[in-house]
Amino acid sequence: MTTPAISVKGLIKRFGEVEVLHGIDLEIPQGQVSCMIGPSGSGKSTLLRCMAFLEEATEGLIYINGEPLGFAPGPQGKPVRLPAARIRAVRSQIGMVFQQFNLWPHMTALGNVSEALKTVHGVRKSEAEERAMLQLKKVGLAERAGHYPSQLSGGQQQRVAIARALALEPKIMLFDEPTSSLDPELTGEVLNVMRSLAADGMTMVVVSHEIGFAASVGQQIAFLEQGRLVFAGPPRDVFNKPRHPRLDQFLDTYLDRGAAMLA
Amino acid sequence: MNFDTNLIVSIMPELARAFGVTLLTWGFGVIGAVILGFMVAVGRRYGGAWLNYPLWLCVEVIRGTPFLIQLFLLYYGGPFVGISLDPIPAGLLGLTVYGAAYFSEIFRAGFEAVPPGHVEAAECVGLNRPQIIRRIMIPEMTMLVLPASVNMAIILLKETAVLSIITVPELTLVISAIGSQQYAFVESLFLLALFYWGLVELSGRLGRFMEVRLSKYRFVTT
Repeated sequence: MTTPAISVKGLIKRFGEVEVLHGIDLEIPQGQVSCMIGPSGSGKSTLLRCMAFLEEATEGLIYINGEPLGFAPGPQGKPVRLPAARIRAVRSQIGMVFQQFNLWPHMTALGNVSEALKTVHGVRKSEAEERAMLQLKKVGLAERAGHYPSQLSGGQQQRVAIARALALEPKIMLFDEPTSSLDPELTGEVLNVMRSLAADGMTMVVVSHEIGFAASVGQQIAFLEQGRLVFAGPPRDVFNKPRHPRLDQFLDTYLDRGAAMLA
Repeated sequence: MNFDTNLIVSIMPELARAFGVTLLTWGFGVIGAVILGFMVAVGRRYGGAWLNYPLWLCVEVIRGTPFLIQLFLLYYGGPFVGISLDPIPAGLLGLTVYGAAYFSEIFRAGFEAVPPGHVEAAECVGLNRPQIIRRIMIPEMTMLVLPASVNMAIILLKETAVLSIITVPELTLVISAIGSQQYAFVESLFLLALFYWGLVELSGRLGRFMEVRLSKYRFVTT
């Protein structure tokens, strides 16, 4: 049996008094697209952010390809924080794409994509830019390499953000509602890039409201509600014979809005 | 009373020297204040409560008291606690500390204005904190803090006039001395105002120019 790409064990996350994740156990298989769906406030984005170590778990552990992320089990069973360099090493296996793109406005597209290669990995400028250019080609934006984020459309910005994450050759890509701040016309171009990434066998975790994408590209669907994992399984189990009343209800609202492709 | 242009010409060499002292104390004072102010802002942001509170107190005290009194205390009170400084170093130190208190607040606001997501994106690709400050935060906040910083630099220029009370031979001291020696107050004060105004105008222009240059970095809101 292969090690899961990500395994989440007993994850509890509290923000002050409010508990937003009540003990999540989830495995993300290698080389597949896992989609996390659920209503707003269900904790799916928080779960994803924990996987990127942007949020620290209150309790529980997360393993990336078998290695503990951020905290490892200590001698008395209490998790101990790992040294910063170790955390960065494990995190480097992960690429993250945000809802708000988060491109750095003072750098061109090429600068954004090559930044970490130069600053973190000490790659020479010319080589870093060559490698960055390859990634921009992959997302279809080679000819926009010299543009600043303010000169790009939302969809183009998100594709640059994907290229930026890919430039470091991560083993896992996390997407936090990557199309939620795009209008429908621009959503397609981002989803196409994600589709081709999936076809290349990239391990992906996608938090999305794009149920159509989840149904057609997702190989594992996780449905969260109110901080609990209600259901996890292959899409046919989810979409064809829904068994959980709340999941039924959730999907119905999408079907009502004309997402007939699910059937 | 006549406006005596010959007098102005005759005192030019002396004025040039004084102008040099003003420029020098201002220039180094601003550079020192920006560096110290930045260090204070970084210390307060990342240094934890143990650094934040003492620094906060220093900033509040300096911002809450007149520069004139701080300078008096430093120059005339300093020797009692073993700090004996010549006028120019004392003036520079005073200007630097005074300016740093204000610059630290400008930079603190600048840090807070950088969208957290931009920092998270940098963390995700492996930049460590110094790299994030250097590569992401400083460039992004430069545009945001530029107008306030130019303003502060202009205020500091005018505050260099206060250094005259601790006998720094800068413009205000020299020109008012000439004025009282030669009973030429109108000419000397006119010149003084002209000098300061010229410098302020120049630095304002420089600031505008830099803002235009940097405007392409402005944030996109989607």
